[in-house]
Parts: sequence; C-alpha cells; structure tokens
Amino acid sequence: MRITRMALQYRKRLIVGIIAIFLASGFQLAIPILIGSAVDAAIGLDGGTVDLPNGTVMRAIDSATNVFGEGNNPPKTALIIIAVFLFIASVGRGMSAMFQNYMGESIGQHIGYDLRMLYFEKLQRLSFSYHAGVHTGDLITRGILDVEGVRMFVQTALLRSVFLVVLIGTGMYLMLSQDLTLGLISLSFVPFVAWRATATNLKLRENWYALQDRLSALTKVMDENLGGIRVVRAFSSQNHEMKKFDVSSNEALALANTQVGIRAKNISLMGLAFMISMAAVLWVGGQRVIDGELRPGELTQFIAFMSILLEPVRQIGMMVNGYARGSATGGRLFSVLDLDPTIQNKPDAKDLEITNGTLEFHNVSFGYEEEHTLNGVSFKAEPGHTVGIVGPPGSGKSTIAHLVPRFYDPGEGFITIDGQDLRDVTIESLRKAVGVVEQDTFLFTASVEHNVAYGDPWAPDDRVTAATKYAQLGDYIERLPGGYDTLVGERGVSLSGGQRQRLSIARSIMLKPYIIIFDDSTAAIDAATEQRIRAALTDLTKDRATIIISHRLSSLMHADEILFIEAGKIVERGTHAELLANGGHYSDLYELQIRPSDDSRRKHDEGGLSQ
Amino acid sequence: MTARETHTRNHEIPPKASIRLGSTLDEEVFGEAFNGRVIGRFLAYVAAYKSLLAVAISAVIVFTISSIAMPLIVKNVYDDALDLSSPSRSKLATMILIFLVAVGFNFIANYFQELIVGRVAERILVDMRRAMYEHLQRISLSFMDKTEIGKLMSRLQGDVGALQEFLQTAVFAIGDMVLLVGIIAAMIWLDWRLGLMTLAVLPILLIIRIIWLPYARKSFLRARVTSSIVSGALAENINGIRAVQGLSREYVNFDLFDIRATDNLNAAKRASKFGVMMLPIVDTLTGSAMAIVVIVGGFFVLGGTIEVGVMVAFVLFVQRFFDPIRALTMHYNVLQRAMASGERIFEVIDVPVDIEDKPNAIDPQEIDGSIKFENVTFGYLPNQPILKNINFEVKPGETVALVGPTGSGKTSTTALAHRFYDIWEGSVKIGGYDVRDMTQKSLGRHVSMVLQEPFLFSGTIFENIKYAKDEATREDIVAAAQAVGAHEFIMKLPDGYETELEQRGGNLSLGQRQLISFARAIVADAKILVLDEATASIDSYTEMLIQQALQRLMEGRTGMVIAHRLATIRGADRIIVLQDGEIIEMGNHDELIALGGLYFRLYSMNYASFDDIPDELIQQATQAAQDSST
Ligand SMILES: Nc1ncnc2c1ncn2[C@@H]1O[C@H](COP(=O)(O)OP(=O)(O)OP(=O)(O)O)[C@@H](O)[C@H]1O
Ligand SMILES: Nc1ncnc2c1ncn2[C@@H]1O[C@H](COP(=O)(O)OP(=O)(O)OP(=O)(O)O)[C@@H](O)[C@H]1O
Ligand SMILES: [Mg+2]
Ligand SMILES: [Mg+2]
Repeated sequence: MRITRMALQYRKRLIVGIIAIFLASGFQLAIPILIGSAVDAAIGLDGGTVDLPNGTVMRAIDSATNVFGEGNNPPKTALIIIAVFLFIASVGRGMSAMFQNYMGESIGQHIGYDLRMLYFEKLQRLSFSYHAGVHTGDLITRGILDVEGVRMFVQTALLRSVFLVVLIGTGMYLMLSQDLTLGLISLSFVPFVAWRATATNLKLRENWYALQDRLSALTKVMDENLGGIRVVRAFSSQNHEMKKFDVSSNEALALANTQVGIRAKNISLMGLAFMISMAAVLWVGGQRVIDGELRPGELTQFIAFMSILLEPVRQIGMMVNGYARGSATGGRLFSVLDLDPTIQNKPDAKDLEITNGTLEFHNVSFGYEEEHTLNGVSFKAEPGHTVGIVGPPGSGKSTIAHLVPRFYDPGEGFITIDGQDLRDVTIESLRKAVGVVEQDTFLFTASVEHNVAYGDPWAPDDRVTAATKYAQLGDYIERLPGGYDTLVGERGVSLSGGQRQRLSIARSIMLKPYIIIFDDSTAAIDAATEQRIRAALTDLTKDRATIIISHRLSSLMHADEILFIEAGKIVERGTHAELLANGGHYSDLYELQIRPSDDSRRKHDEGGLSQ
Repeated sequence: MTARETHTRNHEIPPKASIRLGSTLDEEVFGEAFNGRVIGRFLAYVAAYKSLLAVAISAVIVFTISSIAMPLIVKNVYDDALDLSSPSRSKLATMILIFLVAVGFNFIANYFQELIVGRVAERILVDMRRAMYEHLQRISLSFMDKTEIGKLMSRLQGDVGALQEFLQTAVFAIGDMVLLVGIIAAMIWLDWRLGLMTLAVLPILLIIRIIWLPYARKSFLRARVTSSIVSGALAENINGIRAVQGLSREYVNFDLFDIRATDNLNAAKRASKFGVMMLPIVDTLTGSAMAIVVIVGGFFVLGGTIEVGVMVAFVLFVQRFFDPIRALTMHYNVLQRAMASGERIFEVIDVPVDIEDKPNAIDPQEIDGSIKFENVTFGYLPNQPILKNINFEVKPGETVALVGPTGSGKTSTTALAHRFYDIWEGSVKIGGYDVRDMTQKSLGRHVSMVLQEPFLFSGTIFENIKYAKDEATREDIVAAAQAVGAHEFIMKLPDGYETELEQRGGNLSLGQRQLISFARAIVADAKILVLDEATASIDSYTEMLIQQALQRLMEGRTGMVIAHRLATIRGADRIIVLQDGEIIEMGNHDELIALGGLYFRLYSMNYASFDDIPDELIQQATQAAQDSST
C-alpha cells in the first residue's frame, strides 16, 4: 500500500520504534518470569518450578539469580536481587513502551502532515472544471477526516502489525517444534482468524467507503447550512434544515452501527475461535497426560505459549478495522492526489511576453458540458480600448471572462495575447497579465489590507491605499475605527454588497494587469459611485485593454465596441451609436433603461394588463 | 516524494498576509486548568442511554470475570484432573465443559460489550453533533458574521471525531476499572499490610498526575486548536479557489499553509510526548511496588508471617494490578484529548443566543402586511450606529423602495424587518406587532426575502425553488419560475427542473441564480416581500418581464425593494432615500424628481456616462446631498 511506502521514508523512526517494540515485549516477558523466581526464592526453592513453567528463558534468569546468590544462596539476597531486576525490567518496559508509542504517533503525524501538504498543493493546482464539479464540503472532509483516518492507521496499526507478525510467527514456531499434533490443534484457530480477518476486512472497507461518503454528505449539509445561514434565517427554515441534517446524520449513523456490528462480531468470534482451540488443546493434551504420553509440564508450556497469542489475536480484530479504514480513506485521498489538472503548463511553455497588450478571441467555442455555451466568438481588445459585453443571463458573458486567464480552455478556436496562444504560455505569467474582477466576489477572512493585497502581499502600503482610492473605497476604510486593519468577515459578510465589489475591484487593479475584465462588478454599486470609479480608472485604463461586462448600459455605452451576446453567440456588435441605429436588441434595452418615463412605462403597463 | 520537495519554501511570510485567521471563538485563549464541568456535561449526554449502558456494563463485568476465571479453571484442570496420582478422564471432561461454559459467557459478553458500547458511542456522537448544530441554527447572525465556517466545521467534525476515539476505548476503561477495584479489594482482603504497601505508590502517581495535568492539557488543547486552524485554512482555500488561482496566490498560500501545518505537527508531537511520558512513570512505580512486594512479602514468608500461597497470589495480583493502571493511563490520555475536544464542543453550545423568542411570543396566522420603523437606531459594532433614527411606515399592499449610495444601510434596514439583529433603540413593527414580540418562525412565514447575495443549496432546481415550503405543489413552483422568467432557461437544461445544482448553484450563471432565488421567495408566499437588489445581475429586458409578472403577484402584498438601477423602482408607491444611515428624502418618483435632491442626481446619472457628466458635477451631486443631509 502507498501509505506503507510513505511510512518507509521515516526509516529512523521506524527502526527505533521496532526496536522499542521488541525491547518492550522482552521486558514484558521477563516480568512474569522474575516474579516466578521471586516466589521460588521466597519458598527457598531454586531452579525450574512447576507453577511457572517457561523453559529456557526462565531457567536462564534463574541461573543468573543463582550466580548472584552463589555460595550460601541466602534467599534474602536473592529476593533483593530479583526485586532490583524487576524494577529495572519495569522501567525498561516503560521506557521502550514510551518510545514505541511515540515513534508510532510521530510517524503517523508526519505522514498526516505530508498528506495534508500534498493534498493542499494538488487542490490548489486542480482546474476550475474540477472544482466546479466537487462540493467543497467533500474536499474538506477528505482533507480533514480522511487524512485523520490514514494517520490513525499509521499510528496504531503499522508498527504494531510488524510486532504481531513476529510474535505470532515465534509462537507458532515454538509450538510446532514442541509437538506437531498438539501444535496443530492449538493453531487450529489461525485459519479461521485469517479467514475472518480477510472477509471482514473487505466488508469493513466497503462499509468505511460508504460511511466516509455519508460523512461527506453530512458535511455538505452542515457546510451549506452555515454558508447559507442568512437564507435559513430569512425563511425560518430551521426545521427543514434539521430534517436534512437528521436524514444525513442517520444515514451515517446506520453505517456506523453496521460497522460496529461487524467489528463486534469479528472480534468476539476471533476470541471464541482462539479459546475453543485452547479447550481442544486442554482436552487432547489432558488425555495424553492421563495416558502418560505427555508430561504435565509440557502441556502447561503449550498453554503458556498459547496465552502469549491471546493479546495479538484480540488486536488483530481491532487492526482489521484500522486497516480497512486506512485503506478506504487512503483510497479516497489518493483518488484526488492522482488527478492531473486539466489546465497545465505545456512542457515547453514560455512566459507571456507583453509587447502591446492586445487580446484576441479567434472563433472561440466552448462548452462546460457537451452543449456549447459559446459559439464562434471573435473579437479583439486593444490597449486603450474598451470592449463592452451585454446580454441576458446565462448568455455566456462570464464564460468569456473565464477563458482569458485560462480557467478553462476553449473547445474550438483559440485566444491570443499579442499573438501568443494562451495555451503556449505559462499560466503564472498569463494570470499576472490578466486581471478579472469576478462577478461573484469572494473575500477572505482577513483584514481589509490583506484582502486588497491578496494578489501581491509584498505590495507597499501606498499601492494598497491607491487601489482602494481608485475603487472609491478609501474614504470608507479610513473612517473605520480599525482602518485598513479592520477584519472582513468570511466572504465579506460584514461589508455591504457594493463595498464587497469595490474591494474586489481594488484587489484586481492593485496588480495593474495589462488586460482588465470587469464582470458585472458594479451591479451593487450606485451610479454616482460607479461614475467616480470609472473617472478614476480612466487614468489606469488608457494604455490597457479593458473588457466591461454589464447590464447597466450607462457603464459601457462609451466602449469602443459593444458586443451583444445571446446564447453564446455575438448577435450584435458595434459602437453605441451604431447599435442604436441598428434598432436591434441593444436599442430595445437602451430604450428600456434610458427612456424611463412614458414610453416604456406604458409598454410595461400594457404588459401587466395583458397577463 | 513529499510535497515539500516539489516546492521548497522560498519566501518569508509576506508582510500583508496573516497566518492566523480571526474568529470570535478565540483560539488563543485556553480555558482554565481543568474543567470538571466538561465531564459532567458530557455525562449528561451519556445518561440518555442509561439502560443500554447498564447492559453494557454488566457485559463488561461478565467479560472481565470470565476472563479472570479461565486461567483459574485451567489451574484446576491441573490440580484435579491431571493430578499425577489420580488422573481422571471424567474430571477432565467436566473441567473442560466448565471451561467451555466460561468461554461461551466470555464470547457473548464480549460481543455485547463491543456492540452496545460501540453503538451507544456513535449515538452519543450524533447527539452531541446535533446539539451543536441545532444551537448554531439559533445563534444570532452577529456571531456567525464573525466566525468562519471552516472553524465551526472543524468542531462539528474534528472534535466530534476525537470524542469517538475516546468513547470507543471507554469500554476497555470500564473493564479496567472493574478489574482494579476487584484487585484492590482482593489484596486488602488477602493481607492488608502488603496491600497498603502496594497501594502506597498510588498517591505518588496522583501527585505526578496533578503536576502533569495542566501542561498536558494545554498541549492537547493546542494540538486541537492548531488542527482547527489548519482545517480553517484548508476550507478557506478550497472555498476561495477561484480567487486564489485568479490572483496567482498558490505559492504564497502553500507556504502559509505549510507554516500552519508545521505548527500543528509540532503541537501534535508535543502532545504525544506528554501522553507517552506517563508510561515510564507508571512503569517505574509498578516496578517499585513489585520490588516492595517481593522483598517485604518474601521476608514475611521467610519469617513465616504469611503463607507462600498468599505471597504467590499477591505477586500475581500486583502484576495484574498495574495492568489496568497502565491501560488506564493510556485511556487517560485519550480522555484528556477528548476533554480538549469536549470543551471546544461545549464552547459552541455555550455561545449565548442573543435573539430568542420571548416566552410568550406570538405567532399570528395572518397579518396585514404593514411595516413600521419608529426611531430605529442600529449598528453592528458598539458605538457605531449604521442606521440613525429611522422612521417610516409602509401600509399594507404598498411597495416602498430603498435607494441610496452603497453602504448607506439599505440591506441593514431589511435585515431589521426580519429581526436578523436586534435594534438599539426604537421599534420595528410588522403587521402592527413588534418583531421582538413575534416568534422568529412567524417572521419567516410573513416576510420572505430575496437576499442581495443569491445563495442556492446543492440539490435540484425544483428543491431549491420549493425550499422549506413543503406544501408547495409542482404548479406553484413552475408558476413562480415563470413569473421570474426562469422557466425558459430551466426547460432548456437537459434535466429541466430536476437538474442538479452544484454547490451554491455554481453551474448556473449569477443572473440565473438570482432568478431561482427570486422564485424561491415567491413560492414562500408571504405577505411581505423584500427584494434586495433582486434583479441587479439581470438585464433590463428580463427585469421588465419580471416586473410585469410581479404586478399581479404583489397584489395584496407589501413590497420592500432595493435597487441601484433606478428604472427598477420608478413605480414604487414611495421611495426612501438613505444616506449614511439616515433618511434624507422620501416621496414618490415624481415628487423626488421635482425636489431635485440626491434621488434626482442619482437618477440622472443612471442614463448618463462620465463623459456626459463632468467629474465636478458628480462631486457636486454627492456634496449637495451631504449638505442636505446635515
Ligand atoms: N454584518 C455586518 N457587520 C458589520 N458591519 C456591517 C455588516 N453588514 C453591513 N455592515 C456595514 O453597515 C453599513 C451598511 O451596510 P448595508 O449592507 O446595509 O449597505 P447597503 O445600503 O445595502 O449597501 P449596498 O448597496 O452596497 O448593498 C456598511 O458600512 C457595512 O460595512
Ligand atoms: N460551471 C458550469 N458548469 C456547467 N454549466 C455552466 C457552468 N457555469 C455556467 N454554466 C452555464 O453556462 C451558461 C453561460 O453562463 P455564464 O455564467 O457565462 O452566463 P452570463 O452571461 O455571465 O450570465 P449572467 O448575466 O447571469 O452573469 C449558462 O447557461 C450556465 O448555466
Ligand atoms: Mg455572468
Ligand atoms: Mg446591500
């Protein structure tokens, strides 16, 4: 598994961890043996006893005691020596257990960190087309819960499984070499446990996948609820929202319950199998002891060996779950990590070279899905010129804006800046040259200053203030008690709609891009303010190509060329005067907006009556 | 290959970017040393499953007893059946039968303890998450405005998840406790002197614990907090990915994220250190206790004070005695981590709800649709009024328009009509009732809103238009879509009304989203309709069609309309012009034009462009407006 491979990077920690495991189990084993000898010493016996049979290891320690207590072998000395050994063994066990746990946890945490960084990096590079199709709640769940699942797996299961394999292997070897038949009987639980482990692993894994999915769905519900909290409040739909939550939550709960059920069944059955084979060993071995074929000591040894396996068997049950969860969550993570961004730099991509700053669409067609959103769009925006775009909702205006910084690539046709096809230049240089003020403003939870300087956090103060002044936001900010340090709530909730838009304008123009696109970015701004913004910007836009998308014709009536878009096609184009003279859609719109009073009012009323 | 190798961190933290995100849930302030209340409150959730847990605990006890019994039975096999002097097959058979019975009990008890505790744990998690979520539904907007969703999500998910780990190990902890109590009792009973000597290490453990606790707790909490910061940053970057990519912030953000993630890594490792630190301490104490027993007990035996059997039993018990203590140490760490999470969960549940229904709040079935603002003063931050002494009245069936420069307080005014926030002074009345005397639910029923930012849920278009109006029929929904001119484009979509919307309606254009959100407000069928820039992203032609349909729809309803495109609101019965939170003009279109104030100037500019109107005039326009307002 890939996670294991990632863990192998932390070789040093792994080795220390594994050594610690062996030490810990060695000390753990030594303690009962030492206690046994203590009992013997207290009774005054020495050498192997019947009660605490453990062949070679124990005898070795006993003889060590004997060596120390040589001569008159006073039991008191022996007792003290044993006590010292016990103390040392305990401390040793504690220390090695500490290392083992710490190494396990730190490897887990490092891998969690690595995965998080890889995931974050990948998400930042994946294109719009990917992000448009996945829910952020889903992505966030992967980044939080799935990383956590993998981390837990590494932390608890990985090191321990090494240990268990060794322990079980040793136990099996010891038993089989002692007595084949009895050994086989005592190991009869192994195939059963192995079968249960694989079977439940598959089932659990499937269940984890489903559960993780349901949890994602639950996250979606919660995330949208919190994101749309105003809608929820406006419609007082708390009950409706709680219902949605309960549905998702109960679905997840049902799966979680199934998972608990599988686990409980699995763990208890494994234990049962183990103990039944223990009973079988007792029965068969007992018979043979009675028949005189086996010494009682030998049988005891068997049982003792078997009890070494008790704990591992229990842990296998738990590890199967951890493993299933790790592979399910890991699978979900890697499915994102393995994606390739659809928009990438070509291997031989060069930086965009701006000689002039002319943007040109050459017969561009594009569709988000099969259907075409844009159809054969061609136009040219030259420096110092303004192209205005109007059209009904959903006609494809924003889509045009999205193609320029290569958020998407055109299906047919191509787009050039100063003659260079956008697909041949590096994305970074392209996006530096192009500034899009998005229709749907997104602000970050940060101060006003940090938001304005988002594109260039090294920008000097005066550039930031100049940009806000251009956007007619400077006075407002200066009047705020916190000034530029005032915190803007998530997505800018603590600002008015127009303030949000102006902040986003400031953010884009601070970068002084060669080509500026305003996507309906003054819709929430009153006409007076808008006029002032435009007046201020003339200075900036006089040697740059500007595209203005707007529903308000006064915003674009002085553009050098106005495109009227309908269903992805340019149906009318020309200057304001030409379009008016044409008497097409544009002039209808103009009538509607400009000649307020009587004409359209009358039309309007007639429409109302005819309903 | 790690992410780090792909780009190495090449920047310092840029001066105009921050690592920390702001939040009202102050992440930096840790709670006081030990919050016993967390446990208590947590137990309240557990208590809901008392009877199930009683069963589970019995199962745990049966399991523990049968686990202890099995080695004893094995011992008896030796003593009775395999006694070399008189081996007996029948005795062997009986013993094994007894063993199998114990195995059976063990199996059943094991199954039930795992099952019940596991399921109860899951239920408790759901309950706690639900409690938090339900509370979030009631917390006032002023709190939510300042809190990032990512951080709340990290509590709803991450912290609840951390509790899960705890609850799952809880079953073993219960078993260990049972074992511990049994063993202590047995030891005292066997020989109280030795018993007390062994127990003497416990106070030491306790003292170490008490010293350790505040540090450990702090480190656990720090680990949770940093993890929440990482989650918040991740969430924000995912949500704002368009802005991030559009402004080429990828590299900077990667570095910033790295700093946060590294912080979290270090905090988590530090917390791990504190956790595992207890292990050698407990084991050292175990070792000392065992040494004491071996020496003192051994001497007693040698001196004939106690029997060998007692010593044997004792030694065995001592060993067993520390096993649960060791295990409990591990559980205790998990518990401490869970406490840190629990605290963060209760922190959310404890956020006071500012806006609550009065106990005797009314829920009128019908209202007349009037709106009355009397001397309303309101602001979001203390001492910074946004709306100052607002007075106006809308009669039932009237439509008023709110006009004014951006940031003048139009949206805030509508928010008050729905009691999103409580006002400082004055009163807001809907249908003659003060909004503070009405239930929030009834406000939702009587006031429906098209918010300035069209927010759609994922799900089908149909579900979105219907939203919470369960009784709306398909005809209602189609009619509403037709009224706002959305029907046409919806039908052009491959799945029509059943088209699944992406998050926030991302696969629709903004104008289309606005139409759907408009339709949703119409379906809600309320007496008062608030339209906050409901057609700002829609072309004038579509808007005109909507207005025509609205004329019919608004019959008998009260309207409150905000628009910057003044053509939209010409027909309103009354126009209220706001500036800097004050009403500066009020009247119908013709009156205001005749007045020649701010409205007139804004209106003229609507169809002019900056070439036509010189800058001075604009300056003049706003200046004049300012003069008239003061
Ligand atoms: N949640 C909030 N927290 C703090 N301040 C806020 C909040 N919402 C709005 N404000 C502030 O209150 C003032 C009025 O905002 P409001 O949204 O009412 O303006 P508006 O008239 O609707 O403007 P626009 O036309 O731009 O939408 C603004 O200065 C804004 O920054
Ligand atoms: N991510 C997407 N996935 C699928 N379809 C999309 C996506 N984004 C937009 N569309 C569809 O593409 C068409 C054009 O959308 P676009 O956003 O370009 O419209 P627009 O002209 O900007 O409209 P508006 O004036 O409302 O902003 C619409 O029909 C819309 O439903
Ligand atoms: Mg658009
Ligand atoms: Mg507003």
